[in-house]
Amino acid sequence: MMLNVQNLHASVDGKEILKGLTLEVPAGEVHAIMGPNGAGKSTLSYVLTGRDGYEVTAGSATLDGEDLLALAPDERAARGVFLSFQYPLEIPGVPALTFIRTALNAQRKARGEAEITAPEFLKLARTKAADLKIDFDMLKRALNVGFSGGEKKRMEILQMAMLSPRFLILDETDSGLDIDALRIVSDGVNALRSPERGMLVITHYQRLLDYIKPDRVHVLSGGRIVASGGPELAHELEREGYERYEKAAA
Amino acid sequence: MSLATAIRTRDVAELPGKRDEDWRWTDLRGLIRVLPDPSQAFDGDLAAGPFDALADDRRVLVNGGEALIDVPADGKATVALRLVSRGAGAHHAGVTITLGANARVRLLESYESDSGSVSQTSLTIVLGEGAAVERLVLAQDHEDAVSVSQAAVRLAPKAEYGQTVVTSGARRQRLETRVIHPGGHASLRLDGVYLLAGKRHSDQTTVVNHESTDGATVQLTKGVVRDQARGVFQGRIVVAEGADRTDARMGHHALILSDRAEVDAKPELEIYADDVACAHGNTVGALDEDALFYARQRGMPEADARAMLTEAFIGEAIDRIWFEDARDIVRAWAAERLRA
Repeated sequence: MMLNVQNLHASVDGKEILKGLTLEVPAGEVHAIMGPNGAGKSTLSYVLTGRDGYEVTAGSATLDGEDLLALAPDERAARGVFLSFQYPLEIPGVPALTFIRTALNAQRKARGEAEITAPEFLKLARTKAADLKIDFDMLKRALNVGFSGGEKKRMEILQMAMLSPRFLILDETDSGLDIDALRIVSDGVNALRSPERGMLVITHYQRLLDYIKPDRVHVLSGGRIVASGGPELAHELEREGYERYEKAAA
Repeated sequence: MSLATAIRTRDVAELPGKRDEDWRWTDLRGLIRVLPDPSQAFDGDLAAGPFDALADDRRVLVNGGEALIDVPADGKATVALRLVSRGAGAHHAGVTITLGANARVRLLESYESDSGSVSQTSLTIVLGEGAAVERLVLAQDHEDAVSVSQAAVRLAPKAEYGQTVVTSGARRQRLETRVIHPGGHASLRLDGVYLLAGKRHSDQTTVVNHESTDGATVQLTKGVVRDQARGVFQGRIVVAEGADRTDARMGHHALILSDRAEVDAKPELEIYADDVACAHGNTVGALDEDALFYARQRGMPEADARAMLTEAFIGEAIDRIWFEDARDIVRAWAAERLRA
């Protein structure tokens, strides 16, 4: 099992948010996590990536058998865990190209690989930016500073494409996107689907799943997975809402 | 009350201290119980200064002395001015720089001490009409040194003056600039960067007097303090009655990277004219934890991520240095300190 989360409990400021979450994502599959607001969706993404302030009180999370929870955020990144943020951060004073190159080389160094050369890096950046219809000059500007919501999300996918992670977590990637941007972003994500990669797509709405088709859909409510099924489950949720599952969780 | 007088008379009662409003965060009287003996003349060898490679005129004052730099109308010069302290004595240096009309000078100034000296430097910089100066100050003092530099700058109409003071502090240090601004479409930029660690202290004080119409001043000082260091920023802009259409903007922003570090800031605008645009912004805070997590999630180890974000923070001030060669030296100097 690529991502294996068992009975995970996690608290923020002493309040338990995840209450025994169990989830298994094999390599090559895309799993969607759907759930109402406050169910713990973003908490799950932050616990898996090691953000400060998210305290795991019980349970385990492994990637290819390795204990993720024992690793620092950057060590998890170097092992291939990537989070596309719901609200990407603005980094004043650091051009996007510099930021991505620094990140890429830090990951390579951690894996004992050689640094990417400047020409190789620029070629990669040009190709991936063109795929995502991002103006290359934009990459010379400070990362995300003054970018629109849609541009920030595209910049997340660009970073993902360039860092080439093994396990992708997309947290509400569709929020703030119009239909054209949604298509571009989804194409970018779908291009990364491969037998070696796993993906967790976290979303409140079914819309994104028309573009990024999941193999499995899980309902997260009250800090636990309360139902799992095939892609049809997403449509059912869209029709009938989360109410039934919220009652089940309570 | 001045350090220069105290050094000359060897009377500690002349030292400015916390009872002097202007010096309350840079108390010399409480610090210096006895003034050290006057510094000895120095005839040893000196390593190269930080800006030697860029300059066509090199001036070195070791343990005090006087320098006179006179650039005639339409003249051009790049001057490396080194104020060096060797040993733990007390001394005073004086520098006068005059520019004729439309002259252009790059002044690349460095403070270099190697032990617990007590030094004071007075600079007088007078610009002719349409003259331009960029003054870059790199203060790399010893942790035991007491160092005070006081510059008096007089602009002229249509003159252009840019300044960036970059420092890693000292036991106690004050880098002060006072500018007489006659307006007349003269423009002034007064920037600063302080990177303080250990128990170091640095005080950047500026006073700008806008005396007549149509003057512009921009100021941006950025500081980073860690350990038990203490940064002081005092910026005062005075716009005299009738100095209309003055445009003055002051910014001071500092990062405090430890619980025991301290920043004291006093931005002041005193405006006696009616038709002016003046603004100041002042922030003191910690590094953005959200941005830090974001960078780490992308694979940067914590120390690297902190250094990158801190360099970017002060980079905004360094980027405003006019000449790229000097900018590169300052950037490398800052990076070395931030990654230490």
